[in-house]
Amino acid sequence: MRLFYKTMQELKALIEKEIRLEWRQRYALNGMILYIVSTVFVCYTSFALKVKGIEPITWNTLFWIILLFTAVNSITKSFTQERAGRQLYYYTLASPQGIILSKIIYNIVLLLALSLIGFLIYAAFLGNPVQNLAMYLTAVILGAVGFSSTLTMVAGIASKAENTSTLMAVLSFPVILPMLLMLIRLSKNAMDGLNWSTSYDEILTLLAIDAIVITISYLLFPFLWRS
Amino acid sequence: MKKTWWKILCVVLLFYTIIRGLIGIVPRQPILNETIRNVYFHVPLWFGMMTLMTASMWFAIKYLRNGNIQDDEYSVEFANVAIFFGILGFMTGSLWGQYTWGDWLPKDPKIIAVEVGLLIYSSYFILRSSFEDEQRKARLSAIYNIFAFATFIPLVWILPRLTDSLHPGNGGNPAFGKYDMDNAMRMVFYPAVIGWTLLGVWITSLHIRLRIIERVSSN
Repeated sequence: MRLFYKTMQELKALIEKEIRLEWRQRYALNGMILYIVSTVFVCYTSFALKVKGIEPITWNTLFWIILLFTAVNSITKSFTQERAGRQLYYYTLASPQGIILSKIIYNIVLLLALSLIGFLIYAAFLGNPVQNLAMYLTAVILGAVGFSSTLTMVAGIASKAENTSTLMAVLSFPVILPMLLMLIRLSKNAMDGLNWSTSYDEILTLLAIDAIVITISYLLFPFLWRS
Repeated sequence: MKKTWWKILCVVLLFYTIIRGLIGIVPRQPILNETIRNVYFHVPLWFGMMTLMTASMWFAIKYLRNGNIQDDEYSVEFANVAIFFGILGFMTGSLWGQYTWGDWLPKDPKIIAVEVGLLIYSSYFILRSSFEDEQRKARLSAIYNIFAFATFIPLVWILPRLTDSLHPGNGGNPAFGKYDMDNAMRMVFYPAVIGWTLLGVWITSLHIRLRIIERVSSN
């Protein structure tokens, strides 16, 4: 029990540190929001302006691709923004499990905020054909959790190499694809306004993938941290 | 000479597979016709690939546990030959698809899963090539190997069962075991699986030996 309390405290401190770090360099956060806005605007000018309206399937896929790229861009920096010396300092202070969990939780929060903002902007520009909004938001939440947990681990691996940003895309896309396919299916069901009972399969699969990814990250990160 | 028995077994099984596979009697199925013989080549190659990938991950775990560079060499070469088997399985499958489904590359969840698998292992090699330091390369690629495998397996097993697939056993299509394969075919199919897997292990062991010789001679 005491150990649990201690880990919780460590987690809290580490997450606070991440938030403070983000708040200190607000340009990065603003940059991410602007990234979403400008991507959505590019899509708007190239799709909706010329052709009247946009096919629901294209609408959905486009949204997820925008989210995927936003996630990759925002999470890439989660290991590179701190210098090696300071990472060594954390290494002496905190347990590796605490560090990976705090980074995953922080990235989930960040990505949730970004994707909800993204959804609002996207719906404002390109219209909102979603019929079951609650289910669509569930998909967005599950997506944010899955993306950030997978990408945090991959960012950790990629940060050890020189060409981090290329490697990040190369390593994460094949790993994230199953999740993306399930998310697109689930959100398509939500767009068609289907009943919840038709999508239990997808939701369960997504939860299972998220659980696998977080467990594996938890187990493997100590090895990554040591190098 | 003590360890050559399985190589002899491999050669015997593969000869048996090829001879029985090309001239043996197979049941006549609509659409499939004679192409059912491909089941001795296409399916065992996938089985072999999965076995080799599992072996690769197994040695990655072993490497992380004890840091012995030789385990890393095992892991890499198993992954290497798994990709080779994957490409072979892809080609035989594509050929089969052309004659039964009328398309070289039909849209099918199993094919997508395998394409993702090949992508994952290609990026594994990209990751390896971006490090200079041996230990670091070995450690990080082992981590990625385990991570990718853990996300790849759900894809392979879950995705085809959720969506419609042209493959037997998925999306309402009957499985091979139930209807198509009679006992005579099974007598060839199971040896074929063992034979192709053994061949994969054999190729891998040669690669590993070469790699070890290179490492020792460069030191």
